[in-house]
Amino acid sequence: MNDNETTAHGESGALAPAGGDGALETRSTTELDRFENPGLPPHVHRAADDDPKAAKRAEKQVATLFGLSMLSTLVFLVGYFAIHDDWVFFFPGLGQAKTLNVVLGLSLGFALFFIGIGAVHWAKTLMSDEEVVEERHPLGSSEVERAKAVKVVTDGGESAQINRRPLLKYSLGGALGLFALPFVLQVAGSLGPGNVEELKETLWDPKYNDGKPIRLFRDPERTPIKLSDVTLGSVFHVMPETMEKVYEEGKHVLEQKAKAAVILIRLNPDDIKVQKAKDWGVDGTVAYSKICTHVGCAVGLYEQQTHHLLCPCHQSTFDLTEDCAVIFGPAKRALPQLKITVDDEGYLVAPQGFKEPVGPSFWERAR
Amino acid sequence: MSTINADRPADALRAGDRQADQERAESKPLGGIAGWLDDRTGAAKGMSFVLKKVFPDHWSFMLGEIAMYSMIICLLTGAFLTFWFVPSASPVVYDGSYIPLQGVTVSDAYRSTLDISFDIRGGLLIRQIHHWAALVFCVAILVHMGRVFFTGAFRKPREINWVIGSILSMLAIVEGFAGYSLPDDLLSGTGLRAAEGFMRSIPIIGSYVSYFVFGGAFPGEAIIPRLYAVHVLLLPAILVGLFTAHILLVFLHKHTQYPGPGKTNNNVVGFPMMPVYIAKAGGFFFIVFGVIALISALVTINPIWGYGPYDPSPVTAGSQPDWYMGFADGALRLLPGFLEFTAFGYTFSFNVMIGAILLIPIMYTLIGVYPFFEAWVTGDKREHHLLDRPRNNPTRTGIGVAAMTFYIVLFFASGNDLMAIKLHLSINDLTRLFQLLIFVGPPLAFWITKRICLSLQRADRQKVLHGRETGVIWRYPDGRFEEIHAPLTPQERWVLVQHESPEPLVITAETDANGVESPIARKERLRAKLSHFYFKDRVAPPTPSELEAAHHHGDHGVETHEPEAIEAGGAPARETIKADRQN
Ligand code: HEM
Ligand code: FES
Repeated sequence: MNDNETTAHGESGALAPAGGDGALETRSTTELDRFENPGLPPHVHRAADDDPKAAKRAEKQVATLFGLSMLSTLVFLVGYFAIHDDWVFFFPGLGQAKTLNVVLGLSLGFALFFIGIGAVHWAKTLMSDEEVVEERHPLGSSEVERAKAVKVVTDGGESAQINRRPLLKYSLGGALGLFALPFVLQVAGSLGPGNVEELKETLWDPKYNDGKPIRLFRDPERTPIKLSDVTLGSVFHVMPETMEKVYEEGKHVLEQKAKAAVILIRLNPDDIKVQKAKDWGVDGTVAYSKICTHVGCAVGLYEQQTHHLLCPCHQSTFDLTEDCAVIFGPAKRALPQLKITVDDEGYLVAPQGFKEPVGPSFWERAR
Repeated sequence: MSTINADRPADALRAGDRQADQERAESKPLGGIAGWLDDRTGAAKGMSFVLKKVFPDHWSFMLGEIAMYSMIICLLTGAFLTFWFVPSASPVVYDGSYIPLQGVTVSDAYRSTLDISFDIRGGLLIRQIHHWAALVFCVAILVHMGRVFFTGAFRKPREINWVIGSILSMLAIVEGFAGYSLPDDLLSGTGLRAAEGFMRSIPIIGSYVSYFVFGGAFPGEAIIPRLYAVHVLLLPAILVGLFTAHILLVFLHKHTQYPGPGKTNNNVVGFPMMPVYIAKAGGFFFIVFGVIALISALVTINPIWGYGPYDPSPVTAGSQPDWYMGFADGALRLLPGFLEFTAFGYTFSFNVMIGAILLIPIMYTLIGVYPFFEAWVTGDKREHHLLDRPRNNPTRTGIGVAAMTFYIVLFFASGNDLMAIKLHLSINDLTRLFQLLIFVGPPLAFWITKRICLSLQRADRQKVLHGRETGVIWRYPDGRFEEIHAPLTPQERWVLVQHESPEPLVITAETDANGVESPIARKERLRAKLSHFYFKDRVAPPTPSELEAAHHHGDHGVETHEPEAIEAGGAPARETIKADRQN
């Protein structure tokens, strides 16, 4: 068995191998009845070891491979200067490709590849393939060395008087423990503002429009939508009128869009099975948040026949006829509905904003 | 592993080799720059130690090399990318040479990535190599981990390296995700959008975590520069540090080797670093780099110009993360919505948190502790330098395949939409199938794998006892046909008989000296149960006496292939053909 072995298999605690009433002798007896390692097989010479001609051939092959690498590098250099930026060509099976990228990539690839193949071929044909045996030694230090190390440490502690003077030990511990705090505080305190109440607000809140209802604007055209524009089965991607101010200021555009995106769809009013959903719409035209309640992708694949909205990220499916309840997938909550009406000029408006936070769930969401 | 004393005739033949090397080295004085350096560093001692190190040869040992090389390729090409990439989310109007996007307001990060792709000569190639190398890196790490697991290379003294490797593998995923998010295109932004949703699902602090990470409301302008620092500085430093420790430990431990004639637990049989490994491993670096460059020349990856800049409202159909994130994405698709609920006015989103926040740390913790678990179950405290053939440890191999099955089911679940479209199946049915498979698949895979391993072991036994099938059929006077089996050479046989087949541990002392049931015994009982689970089904390797028994009539001293009746003694009925007597 192994020299390094300290404990034989299974010899630990109250356990022993089965069938040996706790004694390890069973093992040792089977150990005796074992085959013996026959040792390394005799070495077989390769052609190039004995035949100078074969060795010469191998040398030529390796040199050719290195030569091919140099040739490829040349192609790269020429290609870098000679190939026009907007040349493209058709590559069978792969489609349209940028000539520059293909030529540079292939030449660089072959330049590297042939160096590699050449080196490996060299190693396999000409370098000694006679196996070498190296002995292993146990990794752990000897008992003497361990004792020495322990002594160095204890002597050091002794000399520092750390055990005799506990006050030093504890005050040092305290100082080392506390000095990390400024760093933690600096990072934690300064990484970002923590106004999580923002998560519950969107630009659909009338307070962003002096308390007046907010018009629905097409995205990305940024034009108001008349009820009469919305034909049966049509789908509009919508942003609030209040986004206009944000665009003008040029600040937090994406942050606001990420919460305010809405999808507007016109159904046959009779298809809508939930009274509230019908009431919050106009003639079967309903608006829902487009931000998935799972982890926030834009839900926008609309299936006309089934009236399903599908999220492309993890396939949560929301049923428009059921007030956008989840009928499949990992999301739990329905998409929040945006109440809409029509103003005096016939444009669609949202009078009250969302009544619940949009987007993915968070701890304080229901508070 | 049962090992053998070193002094065998074959070894004695080799004993002189290394000494001869040394003498040759001593015969040439060290001069010039090398001598100058050695005067100041004493490096020659270490050099000859390192250059003479012996490495065993096997194709599966190249998997770790592929991981190492693709990481180096990422480092090299990544440094190039930093010359042109601008990690900023500030809006700019694109005016580069890609016509469809001219005049569009995009982030500086996106603009600069477009510039790398279109206006910097060879820039696209560097981007493509960087991305392909990252993908290869993640594959190679996983396959390398698989090799280490199935051969038991993680056993003492290599547990630390297994833990380091697990951390490396986890960080590689994070590093890849950070890089993937940098160009700020529609897909990477959607990935960050989802990541923000993940953070929010953490109980109590989730919303704050999201605000801290993004520097305010999503997406903000802080995330790109922060991820950049993580991607090019923080994680590469940790990766390189851990990787260096990993390689140093490999040197220190000396590489494991597969069992074979002449190979013992106390030696390493292979080729020296200089010149064979420098040539082979160095050459292999160029091969890996070359192949990745060839792929990058021909297969476009992450064509961000086609996706457009990030905007939270457009829909990205078929959005898929890079492959190494697939399993986590799949978990998110399979977790049912009812795991989200409200209690005491607070929202618990376990449908998100389990897959997005807990899965990866839990998975890697389980992976990281496995060596310690197995060592505890087997009670084996010896050093192991000879690898297991996977079949010789059926339970471990079964556990590994079960874990792989779990991973693969999650991975395929992340493609449920694509599969539904390609195969014309209902996505709902597919998802339910995956939900079922995630529970049924791993146990089934375990059972099947274990059975296969045991059968393979039995086949090995047969081969040792009755020889290898020759394909030669004999016809006997009574009309029977029988295939002739040729005996194995001692070298061939050794591979099949060298392993140990441990028996399960049993409790010997359930009570302490006073006859009271001791708490230790309770813990040990669990251990005995686990040991039973590991080793109850075993096929013992054949012993010389069994081989003897298998061709008992070899005693006649004459080789005859004449069929004879065989005596009983539990021997299988086919045992009419004798193998040559060995030993
Ligand atoms: C070691 C593992 C690494 C992995 C797995 C990795 C992965 C990635 C990935 C997947 C991308 C997206 C590339 C794209 O398709 O455009 C990326 C981008 C980038 N990486 Fe890395 N990377 C690694 C190391 C590095 C290092 C060490 C640096 C710099 C020193 C770096 C610098 C960059 C830069 C500047 C970008 C953005 C430029 C662009 O997207 O074109 N990477 N990385
Ligand atoms: S984000 Fe919509 S299903 Fe996950």
